[in-house]
Amino acid sequence: MPEPAANQAIARSSGRIADRAWTGYLRPDGRKGIRNHLLVVYTVECASFVAQEIARDEPDTHVIGFPGCYDNDYAIRVMLALATHPNIGGVLAVGLGCEYTQPHRIAEAVRASGRPAESFFIQEHGGTRTSVAYGKELLASLRARAAEGAVKVPMTWADLTIGAECGGSDGTSGLAGNPVVGRAFDRLVDLGGSAIFEEVVEMIGLRDLMISRAVSPQAAQQLGATYDKMLSYCKAVRQYSVAPGNFAGGLTTIEEKSMGAFAKGGSRRIQGVIRVSERPPHPGLWILDSVPDEHFMQFGYTNPNDTEGIMDLIAAGAQIVLFITGRGSVIGSAVAPLIKVTGNTRTYRNMTEDMDFNAGRVLSGELTMDEAAAELMDLIADVASGQPSKPERLGHREFFLMYKHQDVPSLEAGCRA
Amino acid sequence: MSVESAASAFQVHASDNVATLLAEAAASVPLQIVGPAPNSTLATREKIELGHKVALTAIPEGAPIVKFGIVIGIAMRPIARGEWVHLHNCRSQLDERSGHFDVHTGEPGDNAYA
Repeated sequence: MPEPAANQAIARSSGRIADRAWTGYLRPDGRKGIRNHLLVVYTVECASFVAQEIARDEPDTHVIGFPGCYDNDYAIRVMLALATHPNIGGVLAVGLGCEYTQPHRIAEAVRASGRPAESFFIQEHGGTRTSVAYGKELLASLRARAAEGAVKVPMTWADLTIGAECGGSDGTSGLAGNPVVGRAFDRLVDLGGSAIFEEVVEMIGLRDLMISRAVSPQAAQQLGATYDKMLSYCKAVRQYSVAPGNFAGGLTTIEEKSMGAFAKGGSRRIQGVIRVSERPPHPGLWILDSVPDEHFMQFGYTNPNDTEGIMDLIAAGAQIVLFITGRGSVIGSAVAPLIKVTGNTRTYRNMTEDMDFNAGRVLSGELTMDEAAAELMDLIADVASGQPSKPERLGHREFFLMYKHQDVPSLEAGCRA
Repeated sequence: MSVESAASAFQVHASDNVATLLAEAAASVPLQIVGPAPNSTLATREKIELGHKVALTAIPEGAPIVKFGIVIGIAMRPIARGEWVHLHNCRSQLDERSGHFDVHTGEPGDNAYA
């Protein structure tokens, strides 16, 4: 139990955190962003080099895209969710010209959201260099229009959606990294914000615990169905979300890793389950289900890497994602800043240029869990205010998207409606 | 939670039969166990690294390994108090590849690469 003086200090810091506010960008759909980035979207792998070259030396421009020539409803939904994300001010869609996915359809959907957007096929603009030059011209025009359209507005916690993902977990993740993020999630939810965590494949064995956190019978039913689908999927593909690095870091089984991973969800009631490309319908704590639905091709492995999960959270509208890594990682993310948290002080020292926050100080007794969560909330507010996170400063903007099948809305939700 | 000693391990739940090392511990050193149960001390039987687990009691073969108050695996052979609990003596109840990983690096040994 903290001493009374410590309680008062925590209360003071709670008030100070609740009062934090910053300036963001109001979009025509009413959502607010913390960055005003431009986005280049390629619609097939054949256009990806030109897309990357268009964005080269343009610090405000990120690149996303889909490698497949044959289109995929899931992938299109993810790209549209990112192209109309509140951190994005304008979009250029670039295709080769042969593929199924249509750049002009992406641009139209973005314009319908009130943002400037352009598109072209490389085959209609010469080769690599002429296409890159043309793309850079379009980008300059989009940048001018995005700056003109940017409406600066005050923002606070209730305007934020924050995602949490873990990767490279070790024995410290479940004791320090994830619980500190969970405690910050509790505070965000109490302040009216939205918090999303995913990795349902790392909730193995926790069906009853998940359901006990549901806010309503409907949420409990969604959580149970999501768990059951996940377990049958993992059994069918024989993939469990545990990797050699987890083992080396002291985690022995998926069951052990799961309990630690679930701690990042904090302690508040779970409002329900959203699927990839869906946004939480109201604030509070949500679980995102990224496991493929049953489909004749069983498209895709669930959780192929950390970047996919991070992009799923950003596609759900997260303006910032917290990434908890015990072993250490050197990734960032396109569209929204990644804040890297480790519960392992040794990892923090080894990778200080990449790690934003050392929750390992809780294990050494330097900080209480509440003090660490307050410090993390301050860092989140700083990054929301425009301070680059460490991955942003290093120029990271990783992106990953692959074929997958999910019914959106879920078939069950469709039946109920 | 306050942990000063370098040789200490955290027991998350009172029903746990393993605790997690908060810093690396050498073999045959006294290890302080902190957490919800009354603090106690046991002797490590081998070197155990940060984030890895130590057995708090003798665990018979086939018995559950409990951490966070839940079963995280099954003992593959008898485990002594103070022993390192990991891939060589604890397997998942679900993951078929559990039991095929190098105990130190976690590297999978069940793929041919040929």
